[in-house]
Amino acid sequence: MSAALEISNLQAWYGESHVLHGISLSVQPGEVVALLGRNGAGRTTTLRAIMGLTGRRSGSIKINGSEAIGLPTHKIAHLGVGYCPEERGIFASLSTEENLMLPPVLASSKGAAAGMSIAEIYAMFPNLQERRNSQGTRLSGGEQQMLAVARILRTGARLLLLDEISEGLAPVIVQALARMITTLKEKGYTIVMVEQNFRFAAPLADRFYVIEHGQIVETIASADLNARMPVLTELLGV
Amino acid sequence: MNKKILCMAALILALAAPFVAYPVFLMKLLCFGLFACAFNLLIGYTGLLSFGHAAFLGAGGYVMGYALTTAGLPVPVGILLGVLASSLLGLVMGALAIRRQGIYFSMITLALAQMVYFAALRAPFTHGEDGLQGVPRGSLFGLDLSNDLVLYYVVLAIFVAGFALIVRTVHSPFGQVLKAIKENEPRAISLGYDVDRYKLLAFVLSAALAGLAGATKTLVLSFETLTDVHWTMSGLVILMTLVGGMGTLVGPVVGAFLIVSLENRLGDLGTWLAGVTGVEWFATLGESVGVVTGLVFVACVLLFRRGVVGEIGALVESRRRLRVRRTLPVSRADGSGTPL
Amino acid sequence: MEIFGVPLQALMSQLLLGLVNGSFYAMLSLGLAVIFGLLNVINFSHGALYMVGAFLAYIGVTQFGLNYWMMLVLAPLAVGLLGIVIERSMLRWLYKLDHLYGLLLTFGLTLLLEGVFRSFYGVSGQTLDVPDALAGATDLGFMILPNYRGWVVGASLSVCLATWFVIEKTRLGAYLRAGTENPKLVEAFGVNVPMMVMLTYGFGVALAGLAGVLAAPVINVTPLMGSNLIIVVFAVVVIGGMGSILGSIVTGLGLGVIEGLTRVFYPEGSEVVVFVVMVIVLMLRPAGLFGKEK
Repeated sequence: MSAALEISNLQAWYGESHVLHGISLSVQPGEVVALLGRNGAGRTTTLRAIMGLTGRRSGSIKINGSEAIGLPTHKIAHLGVGYCPEERGIFASLSTEENLMLPPVLASSKGAAAGMSIAEIYAMFPNLQERRNSQGTRLSGGEQQMLAVARILRTGARLLLLDEISEGLAPVIVQALARMITTLKEKGYTIVMVEQNFRFAAPLADRFYVIEHGQIVETIASADLNARMPVLTELLGV
Repeated sequence: MNKKILCMAALILALAAPFVAYPVFLMKLLCFGLFACAFNLLIGYTGLLSFGHAAFLGAGGYVMGYALTTAGLPVPVGILLGVLASSLLGLVMGALAIRRQGIYFSMITLALAQMVYFAALRAPFTHGEDGLQGVPRGSLFGLDLSNDLVLYYVVLAIFVAGFALIVRTVHSPFGQVLKAIKENEPRAISLGYDVDRYKLLAFVLSAALAGLAGATKTLVLSFETLTDVHWTMSGLVILMTLVGGMGTLVGPVVGAFLIVSLENRLGDLGTWLAGVTGVEWFATLGESVGVVTGLVFVACVLLFRRGVVGEIGALVESRRRLRVRRTLPVSRADGSGTPL
Repeated sequence: MEIFGVPLQALMSQLLLGLVNGSFYAMLSLGLAVIFGLLNVINFSHGALYMVGAFLAYIGVTQFGLNYWMMLVLAPLAVGLLGIVIERSMLRWLYKLDHLYGLLLTFGLTLLLEGVFRSFYGVSGQTLDVPDALAGATDLGFMILPNYRGWVVGASLSVCLATWFVIEKTRLGAYLRAGTENPKLVEAFGVNVPMMVMLTYGFGVALAGLAGVLAAPVINVTPLMGSNLIIVVFAVVVIGGMGSILGSIVTGLGLGVIEGLTRVFYPEGSEVVVFVVMVIVLMLRPAGLFGKEK
């Protein structure tokens, strides 16, 4: 079985600015990995590069075995990737339900179930059902974050790229998000998450990559987390 | 150092020019050159695209013409009144247009200039479609301006004065603030500058100089028509600046020279092209100024955005960087040492 | 019967003419707004493409023996296709730049299109006959309604409202609205945004072409008919703002009516009344009547 995501020597530019200097990592189906690092290290850029949202890219990005490095963004999505950006991107001119229904269901992953139905999503996120006719941006921060993730679940994407979903949210909401990630993992989703909040990511991820200056400088498996804490503390300045 | 030599050369050429080319044609070039430079002050240095600059050209021209014909005033007063009229118009138009940003600003200038067009069309003193004819050359400080050669040097002096004013403005602290506004307006505001005041001042200055160009042109050609207030004229000055190089000092002048010469020679160019290619339609090129102008516009926006002077400048800059790179010490093998 | 010293028939007739003009303002400013929302480009060539629509109708009827109803469908399609070619081959390269370049490019295209048509047709006008089914007039009691003018207003309003419905109430419209806010994210969801952009531009200019066909039997068809109109439409857009579809429609119609009324009481002012309204709005409510300023 091929890796859900296989990146080799990924380099990326924003215009003239060279931001990723050779990222290589591999994620198996059903795994949850976390990208850690200081601000500006290139974590968000890595996710964006996977989606083709940066400038020039070179190297190799294989999603379920298909090469994605040369594809336009909308075709990459069709490979079964769901992207949840840091700014959440809830559309103000659409209602909650319109926001939810917006992404088209992708005829993507072979064999895997098509996107979650609306009923399943509302079962998982009951508060979204309550607010379905409200304008998207009138939801609270936590609700908007839920909406942003629920949106991509509808598409049938099995590889989820989540950028700082716990940022700026109350602890009670963050706990709910952690439970959501666990549920998704049980359902077999593959998740790559960029997280500033180490305490949030620590119990969820199978593996941690530390990124600095556009490169991976440290790879730590979940089992070795305690042993490598000093290294991590130094790198993250936590 | 290079610049001083180029300036000297240009000046000498300008002084000698009327002996090799038609003085009236040259004066037309200078007037449009000044007009384009005035326009460039807004787009090239403040980042404001005015789509209604014809209003100022025409206002200066019509008021000057009226002053000299009906009111019988002397030439310097006429020119002054023309500049005053266009400045006032600039104040009003600018104050209204600045209330909106970006693309809305341009649309407002276009709409307001259209109002000026209709005013010129209807106002009795402009004689509407017939145009204002028979503007006398008169005299200036005892110099007889009906002599083309004499008038040429007067117009050259006006041009140099206007150009020098623009150069001074651009290099002054005021000009630096304008550039800051162009690059990052929110930043300029956060630094405490009253951006609207600066924009308005730049607008009025630009309008005044455009009016000066218009007034001078009316003096040279002895008439003023609605063409000068029509929106196609506003488009033409944009084209001149684009072709020559937006944001450069000399670019608009070069662009004006090129476009005015092209318009002049279009008929001949068309006939030549028809002869060379055997395509009859080319012979009508002389009447199809719009088609050629449109083509040049499209080609420039897509392929030639920096304009003539801009491209030359970029070429010179890349050569200079190459030379500098060759003369600096190479970084040492162990990785230390000053990077290039 | 007289109102303010003007016979009712004359007043109603001018009001109707105002509504006719207003319909064109509405259709054109709607197209401009839709294009600007998604592409961030002010399509100066909107007026020229309106002219092309009118000329295609004229040419189709007089030279190819097609009838008005066929041209009502064919001309907008042709103009839409032309728009798609323009977007694909030229506009697309300018999106990364300052959006003033889009305005300049479309301005150049305007000169080009008008120049080409001028070289074939000169500046004098052509007229197209009103189709038989719409000829004549209906007596409404308080006024005589020229059937064709009633048709123009009705057809334009229907098209505008249909456009509003599609944009505000359908899934397709949701893509457009979302794409206006954040095109990259919509693309990340798997929507082919470049194609949506292309089709939106084509649709916007097809609206202009349709307006041209509607206009051909009532307005003198000349190569310059578009540019005079587009400058007024710009003023309409400044007044109404481009953020709201309904706002564009209401503003366009309203200004047409105001223009018509001005023509009754103060004919010379009718040329500039829209600009005067723009000046007033700028002084009192700079953001525009319905604007959600970008």
